Amino acid sequence: MIEALTALFKILIFPGFMFLTTYGMLLQFLDRKIYARLQNRFGPPWYQPLADFLKLIGKETIVPTLANKGMFSTLPVVSLAAVSTAFVYIPIYRMQASFSFEGDLIIVLYLMALPSITTFLAGWYSRSVYATIGSVRTLTQLFAYEVPLFAALLSPSIISGSWSISGMAEFYYHNPTLILVNLPSMFIALISIQGKLARKPFDSPEAETEIVSGAFVEYSGRLLAIFKMSVDCELVLLISLAAAIYIPLFTNIIVLDILLYFAKTLVLLFALSIFKAAMARLRMDQIINFCWKVLTPLAMFQIIINLIVRGAL
Amino acid sequence: MSDNSSNRIVIPLGPQHPALKEPGSFTLTLEGEKVVNAVIGIGYNHRGLEKALESRTYIQNLYMIERICGICSHTHSVAYCQAIEEMCGVEIPMRAKYIRVIIAELERLHSHLLWLGVAAHEIGFDTLFMYAWRDREMVLDMLAELCGNRVNYGINTLGGVRRDIDDNDAHEIKKILRVLHNQISYYLELATNEPTLIARLADVGKLNHDDALKFGAVGPVARAAGIANDVRKIEPYAAYDEVPVNVITDDHGDVLGRTLVRVKEMLESISIIRYCLDNLPAGEILAKVPRKVPAGEMISRTEAPRGENIHYINSDGSDIPYRIRVRAPSEANWHGMKHMLEGSFLADVPIAIAAIDPCYSCTDRAIFVNSDNGESRLYDWKGLREYSIKWHRDRGLNIADIQIPMAKNYIQIQRKTND
Amino acid sequence: MKIRLPGRILMKMLTTLVSKPATNTNPYDATNIPSKYRGRIVYDSSTCIGCGICMRDCPTKSLRVENIGTKENKKFIMHYSLGRCIFCCQCVDSCPKKSLSQTRDFLLATTDSSDLEEIMR
Repeated sequence: MIEALTALFKILIFPGFMFLTTYGMLLQFLDRKIYARLQNRFGPPWYQPLADFLKLIGKETIVPTLANKGMFSTLPVVSLAAVSTAFVYIPIYRMQASFSFEGDLIIVLYLMALPSITTFLAGWYSRSVYATIGSVRTLTQLFAYEVPLFAALLSPSIISGSWSISGMAEFYYHNPTLILVNLPSMFIALISIQGKLARKPFDSPEAETEIVSGAFVEYSGRLLAIFKMSVDCELVLLISLAAAIYIPLFTNIIVLDILLYFAKTLVLLFALSIFKAAMARLRMDQIINFCWKVLTPLAMFQIIINLIVRGAL
Repeated sequence: MSDNSSNRIVIPLGPQHPALKEPGSFTLTLEGEKVVNAVIGIGYNHRGLEKALESRTYIQNLYMIERICGICSHTHSVAYCQAIEEMCGVEIPMRAKYIRVIIAELERLHSHLLWLGVAAHEIGFDTLFMYAWRDREMVLDMLAELCGNRVNYGINTLGGVRRDIDDNDAHEIKKILRVLHNQISYYLELATNEPTLIARLADVGKLNHDDALKFGAVGPVARAAGIANDVRKIEPYAAYDEVPVNVITDDHGDVLGRTLVRVKEMLESISIIRYCLDNLPAGEILAKVPRKVPAGEMISRTEAPRGENIHYINSDGSDIPYRIRVRAPSEANWHGMKHMLEGSFLADVPIAIAAIDPCYSCTDRAIFVNSDNGESRLYDWKGLREYSIKWHRDRGLNIADIQIPMAKNYIQIQRKTND
Repeated sequence: MKIRLPGRILMKMLTTLVSKPATNTNPYDATNIPSKYRGRIVYDSSTCIGCGICMRDCPTKSLRVENIGTKENKKFIMHYSLGRCIFCCQCVDSCPKKSLSQTRDFLLATTDSSDLEEIMR
């Protein structure tokens, strides 16, 4: 009974759903604040994401006449569910995640693909020209960043010999010098994450000045709020994953480890915000060229290096 | 050649669209992401300004003419004022001419900075957008300090200018110009070196030298194609015959070229303002102009930030103009638009449109040109309404079927009150 | 071929990160109003001769002079419509007796449209 309650607490409260959404909003605020400060602006007040969310919740939800109603209203929930499921397997305040098994990295990677797929379907079922173009771009972009992202996230596991995120964290905790080998792949992963989250310079799928807001163009009210929330949670998920794999520093004291987790994620968020502010939006063909001609070869190179290191160990 | 017509989709860009700051409709036929056909529909912002100008006195029109365009308001009022001064045979004081040049160049600075921001926003470079508009604030503050308002300056009047520039103002302007010069040099460096910027701007919205001549492009669009067309140089007005002006040209012929031309023009504007402030002649700023303008007609040209601006004024000897025709610079640049859009990517359409710095409401006129045989005709209200209903019906929207309950109620209420 | 790295704006961004924001929290922060700012018009009835040039030159017809006294003992009031005024201050320039002058008031927004109709004495 107690075990079941603890599991439920872990899934729903900490470090599960509640923590994920709250931290997602906090990160959204920090992201916007840093972005604003980089642009010499004031930026929003701390409660802005919450205010946006509550306002959207209170708004009328309009479903287009031509849209498939069932799909249209289920997709945001599927997206949020996929993200919060994946988050359970990521170590937050200690090396061991709430739940883990050998090979959970693969599960997380596939669960991570779900939000992109739901975005695509959401645009497709909206039956609007802008949404259709946005969803096609989302899918095209998926093929562009997926390979370097997977290669970059999987290459550390070649050295660690474990396909579980917790196992990888534990291995690198014991062999901290090997973290340095993975630094290039961390860089590749951060760039791919930018593509995954459709942030600048890879925000072609929801480019406001071209296709309004891409796949979400017909969404409004509660459904849009859930979609926005799932995007925020995706940011937390990806940053936490990168922190767990590439910066596996732990002190084994719970409070300190939680603080350390915040510090790690904030550093990564800062890097992502800088990426976001420093460049112009790339065109779809330029994104694909960049991902396949620059990022993927680099990621492959990293895998080869890791194989050599693995052999030398 | 394979037939791709089944893959074509038609996407309406506008009349309401985040990339367009004013309503204008672009019906794009896409093949994947490539634009194969573009139909440009402008005319959503027709305000009947020319007709309104014919029912006000010359003094009242001063403020109406400034509101033709929110960004290049000074250049319109300069064109209008100098035409009337010429008709009345009034020579305005030299100091007023210099002040007009200073304000015109400040306006060019603010317009080009605004354009730089908008262009950066269209390609998703919001940081540059914010920086450019932050620097534009300095120019607007300067204009407010000199004229009393940020955009509709109201500094021109018939026979001169309304506000003088004293030494203190001149000192302040020079101080701000120093900061601006640094910033704009930085943007020039950025535009020539930042790879993501070049990737998005180069080879977009191509209009080469011959096409620019053919479509009659003016302003930075023409100068980016290597045509040294600048009214300040070829037909100097105000004090431009005494002030050294370098015409900036570029041979890229694309959006990158237009960006470089505009950024370099800003640096040129700064040196013009500095020259004017250093050589500001002493004396009066206002000459007397009669309220009734002698009968006659006059054409006046100025160089607006967007290109050549032409005003035609016809007077019948009263204090109200008989006819005023305004050829705003955007009007000349629209003709090449279709050529620029076709063959480009959908992602490049917003920046290609923005690159001519379009001003929709300056341009919109209710004239109908039949493209097949070039015949033109004017519509009255009834004809216009029928044309609009037919236009929408051709696109599958029947206005007569649309139920507007509010309007019906309103009519009923009106009837009741009438009874 | 020279490879150019993207993100050339980085150094500029990092300096703005620590510098003061260019924006302010309007309306809580003080706004800097230029000294020559053209705002609301004020009217001095003691010098007005009722010539009506202001009415004739006003582009939006927002001014109306009215004689509330008798023909011999004139007393003028000015009906001023803030909603129509475009703050060009042509009336200030046109007035032969300098009875009209401009102020720097610009916070004139109101929820009641009747506030926009003023009678200046």
